[in-house]
Amino acid sequence: MKNKHVNAIVIGAGAGGGAVAKELSFAGLSVVLFERGGWAKYDDVYDDELHSQRIRALGQAYGPDDARHCRVIENKDGSTKIIRPSDGGFSEVAACVGSGTVSYGAMAWRFMEEDFKLKSIYGAVEGSSLSDWPISYSDLEPCYEKAEWEMGVSGDETQNPFSPPRNKPLPMPPFSHNKEALILKDAALRLGWHPFPIPMLRNSVPYDNRPACYRMRTCVGFACPVNAKAGSHNTVIPKAIETGNCELRINSLVSEILVNDNGKIYGVNYFDADNKQQTQSADVLIVSASAIETARLLLNSKSKFFPNGIGNGNDWVGRNLQGHLYTGAYGIFKDEIYDDFGPGASIALCDFNHHNEGIVGGALLANEFIRMPYQFSEIRPKGEPYWGLKHKEFQRNNFKKVARVMGPLQEMPNFNSRVTVDPSVKDFWGIPVARLSGERLDADMKGANFIAEKAEKWLLEAGAEFTWQTASKGKGVSGGAHQAGTCRMGNDPKKSVTDPFGRVHETPNLFVADGGLNVTNGGFNPALTIIALGYRVGGYIANEWAKGNRFK
Amino acid sequence: MDVKNKISRRKFLSLSLVGIGGISLLSLGALNKKPISKWRFFTENEVLILDALVEQIIPTDESMGARDAGATNFIDKQLMGPYQQFQKDYRDGLKLLQQSSMEKFNSKFEELNWENQTILLKLIDKDELKHSHWEKGADKKFFSMVIRHTMQSFYGSPKHGGNKNNVSYKMLKLDTPIIIGQNRYK
Repeated sequence: MKNKHVNAIVIGAGAGGGAVAKELSFAGLSVVLFERGGWAKYDDVYDDELHSQRIRALGQAYGPDDARHCRVIENKDGSTKIIRPSDGGFSEVAACVGSGTVSYGAMAWRFMEEDFKLKSIYGAVEGSSLSDWPISYSDLEPCYEKAEWEMGVSGDETQNPFSPPRNKPLPMPPFSHNKEALILKDAALRLGWHPFPIPMLRNSVPYDNRPACYRMRTCVGFACPVNAKAGSHNTVIPKAIETGNCELRINSLVSEILVNDNGKIYGVNYFDADNKQQTQSADVLIVSASAIETARLLLNSKSKFFPNGIGNGNDWVGRNLQGHLYTGAYGIFKDEIYDDFGPGASIALCDFNHHNEGIVGGALLANEFIRMPYQFSEIRPKGEPYWGLKHKEFQRNNFKKVARVMGPLQEMPNFNSRVTVDPSVKDFWGIPVARLSGERLDADMKGANFIAEKAEKWLLEAGAEFTWQTASKGKGVSGGAHQAGTCRMGNDPKKSVTDPFGRVHETPNLFVADGGLNVTNGGFNPALTIIALGYRVGGYIANEWAKGNRFK
Repeated sequence: MDVKNKISRRKFLSLSLVGIGGISLLSLGALNKKPISKWRFFTENEVLILDALVEQIIPTDESMGARDAGATNFIDKQLMGPYQQFQKDYRDGLKLLQQSSMEKFNSKFEELNWENQTILLKLIDKDELKHSHWEKGADKKFFSMVIRHTMQSFYGSPKHGGNKNNVSYKMLKLDTPIIIGQNRYK
């Protein structure tokens, strides 16, 4: 049976797609929201570390599954390796309704004003395709506010002197600090730094008919058992569905964007839950499948009008793949400092995000989320044995005496760090898979060392008796859960993929709404920025639609 | 009235005994072809080696070690599932480890004394095993994999076949099951 034509197709029910679907369905557009996975349930994994999205030793809790998905990593020497979702380096984002917003740590950062104009502030960086965003912080500010109030963010930005200007405070008070954060807070103040509670997409008090967090330990890598953690799956998507205008089509994997004989984009092919190929048509299409999968879909959608893939006339789709280089330090304290009190991450500072001599961008610093026992078995200072009695004694003596401070270093965009489609490797459905290649730049290594030194200094001031840095991991292929940059937004169609509203330059009716748009990725976890971009793109389409624009 | 109730209790018992005997005869018959084993992947000989190996990785001290906590059972179980890709690594690796043990100490690995087992594993760990049948680096790679899987068995959820009686969670003083923290702080 043929699917009924709708006004809009949204591909990917994650951070960006959820906000888009909500904006469009509230504006009266009929929407089909595609998601390759299904609904995730906390009870499916409970407190099972080996399935958590952070460890995935026995497979990903919330997908994608190893049986049907893979990618190819291309090393610097040209050699390649097929990797599965549960392998390191896959750059997975959960494949379920809500995607990463189901299993993330839910830090709710706004990028700073500086993050939108790095090139103007710092100038060119060697080897980097660094550029300013085509929009400023103030353009995105209303969308940040909408994200914070519609999804629910707790925190107190007045305690952060580096916080960008805002029109409205956060809707919920901050979380109280755990034991570790209280100790770190005093230490940071002694150093003259500016600690504050981390803004979180979590309920510190009941909000929006969801309960307050009850602070158990499955807070990152897991779904929240009580929905105190906000994601698109328990906020904007149910609201979109409630309007009656949005149909969520789960277990449906979009394989190709379709172009008619006049070169006009008119719909998608997808594989349904029974792996049967179907077609869905629409007036306007929004791809929000995450930076890697969005690029893959555009590149796989070839036709005589788009021989190199849609939007790829100037070879920019898939370029500038960025993630975050996590960098920081561990410290062992004399007494127990860890109290296993979720979400764990509680205190942060932005003293090292900008305006540090010789460092472009930088990173926030924060303490780490809840600790998991197997994960801890791989946390050792250099030279400490990983097996034998010494392993066991370290594990037993230090599990609650170790603290970690770290931050997501803003990587410099690299034109040669990229997503392509592999010429021979295909997934379960026969679709060519994403191939990741390129590497980080020297500037990133320098920034990583700088941040690691600051982290170590913080831990020492807090009383750690022994510390070690975790910065020198090698350049490697970028990506990760914070993947961004592959469909850069810009004013110049020759040097970007979309316009400042996410519309793909070469098309009237195809939009991107995920981290792919990010020109640069901030020294922050990017979820709130991706959600804000979803509101921006969705809001723009809804406004235009109301004016009669049908994107022809 | 059903059939069973028509049969006297004594008759029913003797029929049952015949039944049980019949089953064990069948089992004996099958033994000639494929030994009946509680293991899904490993042979009994492999289990002996692996038991000794995981015990070296997480030894028994004041609390249970990896062997008694079910590491071999965990690995055996996962090899028929998520670890399927590692089947050959285990089959080959355990055989080669045994060869290395024979070569160096003229004894099976599981029969070596504790100190000599440790000596052999330290050589492998440091990439210093000489005159071996391993391809270069393969011994260390194998050992690293077994370390990783042993850790997963010991620190992962008991439902996967290791971490018997939550032994590691108790060792780490973790609330088991998870206790809600709501009232611990204001």
